Amino acid sequence: MVFSTKLIKNTITALFAVFPLLCTANVSDETQSGHPETEAHAAENAHSETHEPADKKSQIKAFINHHLQDSHDFIFFSDEETGKHYGFSLPVILIDNGVKFFSASEFEHGEKIVEAGGEHYALYHDKIYKTDAQGTLTFDEHHHPTNAMPLDMSITKNVMAMLITALIMFLLFTGLAKSYKKGPIPTGMGRILEPLVLFIRDEVAIPNIGKDKYRKFMGYLLTVFFFILILNLFGLTPLGINVTGNIAITACLALITYFITQFSANKDYWKHIFWMPDVPVLMKIALIPIEILGTLTKPFALMIRLYANISAGHIVVMSLIGLIFVFKNWIAGPSFFGLTLFISIIEILVAFLQAFVFTMLSSLFIGMAVQEHHHEEDHDAHTEEEPIII
Amino acid sequence: MEKLVNDFSFGLFFWQAIIFVVLVLLLVKFAWKPIMTAITEREAGIAGALAAAEAARKEMQNLQADNQRILQEARAERDAMIKEAREIKEKMIVDAKTEAQLQGEKMIEQAKASIESEKNAAMAELKNQVSTLSVEIAEKILKTQLSDSAAQTNLVEKMLDDVKLN
Repeated sequence: MVFSTKLIKNTITALFAVFPLLCTANVSDETQSGHPETEAHAAENAHSETHEPADKKSQIKAFINHHLQDSHDFIFFSDEETGKHYGFSLPVILIDNGVKFFSASEFEHGEKIVEAGGEHYALYHDKIYKTDAQGTLTFDEHHHPTNAMPLDMSITKNVMAMLITALIMFLLFTGLAKSYKKGPIPTGMGRILEPLVLFIRDEVAIPNIGKDKYRKFMGYLLTVFFFILILNLFGLTPLGINVTGNIAITACLALITYFITQFSANKDYWKHIFWMPDVPVLMKIALIPIEILGTLTKPFALMIRLYANISAGHIVVMSLIGLIFVFKNWIAGPSFFGLTLFISIIEILVAFLQAFVFTMLSSLFIGMAVQEHHHEEDHDAHTEEEPIII
Repeated sequence: MEKLVNDFSFGLFFWQAIIFVVLVLLLVKFAWKPIMTAITEREAGIAGALAAAEAARKEMQNLQADNQRILQEARAERDAMIKEAREIKEKMIVDAKTEAQLQGEKMIEQAKASIESEKNAAMAELKNQVSTLSVEIAEKILKTQLSDSAAQTNLVEKMLDDVKLN
């Protein structure tokens, strides 16, 4: 689909695809620039060159892991030689015997212990732990800190990204709404947005929910589609954020779909869960837990699908870029560059596709909950109309 | 799975929920509702315009058919009128002809009658004049022939002879 469209589209796509490349390449560059130090370290420890690639690999792995995680700082790139980070810190809000509010810059990227309201906090792998004045962290056998964690309500990088996305969406769509006051056909950005809005309405909401009831759910479906889409696309930019590849985000979205489904469900839906018609009584009882579990697996699948797709995309793109620095030769460089470009284009497709799939499945679940089962005799005809979930 | 649970950040979840719900509410109020209304209205407008165009087309067709029909009717009427006029003309000619003929015949008849009566009158007058003339001539002749007595006696005798004979 993407490949068969016009030249301009391709150019834009390519441009988009190059963005994450540029950014991550940038960061990986420092990974490389940080290399003499590591090498010196390795030489000190083992006096052997064999350790060096393994070290680089783990460095890349750590970098990717770090990227996938949320962060208290918005760092665009950092210089590992001097230990300098370019970016800005975000506010930390902790709920731990009262609300504690301070800037993440006080942690100095995990190097300092912050004392707030008589408690000491340490930043370790982007997570805040309670500690003592010396910053002692105890670890279990999996190398996870066992220290207590305060309730972290910080405005993190992902929260920041969401706020920006929300602002962008608000500006874009109020702009679109205003443009209808001037005339029936929108101008400028609205020309791009309107077909998407119509697509959600005509291809997602109406076929799945039905012409009579779709209107009530349009607000949620449109918001969730554009929210995921914009955040997915943000994830492909050099800003290095990974919002939709975060389990808390997808869990929240899936939960909202779940609640909307349950609260808008009609009598038929509950009847099909708790007292399935047309089956023997024993089966009815046996089906209750299965059906209840079924309602839960749907949002769970939504949550995992979006999280896994986006995370996997980020991991693959970053790993491929990392491979350039692992192999570091004239054949591997361009070929991995090409491969990354290719995967990045695929990722654009995935960004749209996952936003679409989430919206599609949400509307499908809502549609199943609100649809009218008229009579048992036209049940067969009815099932034919229902879309098949693969 | 353990990684998933570890990665789950409640703060992020909390902010996401708040941001998202607020965003949905704001967008529904300020964007989706006006957008959907505008789109629906526009679609209704387009549908209405199309229907109106279709109706206009049908009306046009009807009008054309009407025109055709009226034209046809007018033509037929004209033809009928022409035909009627022709008939009237012919009838008038025929009528005039008969009338003239009748009139002529009547006049001839009258003329004939008056000629006859004139002739009769003339004949009667002629008869009268002829008789008067004859009487006068006879008188004159008698006067001359019976001027002497011998002649008169002769005549009487002759007449008497005639009477005897009769």
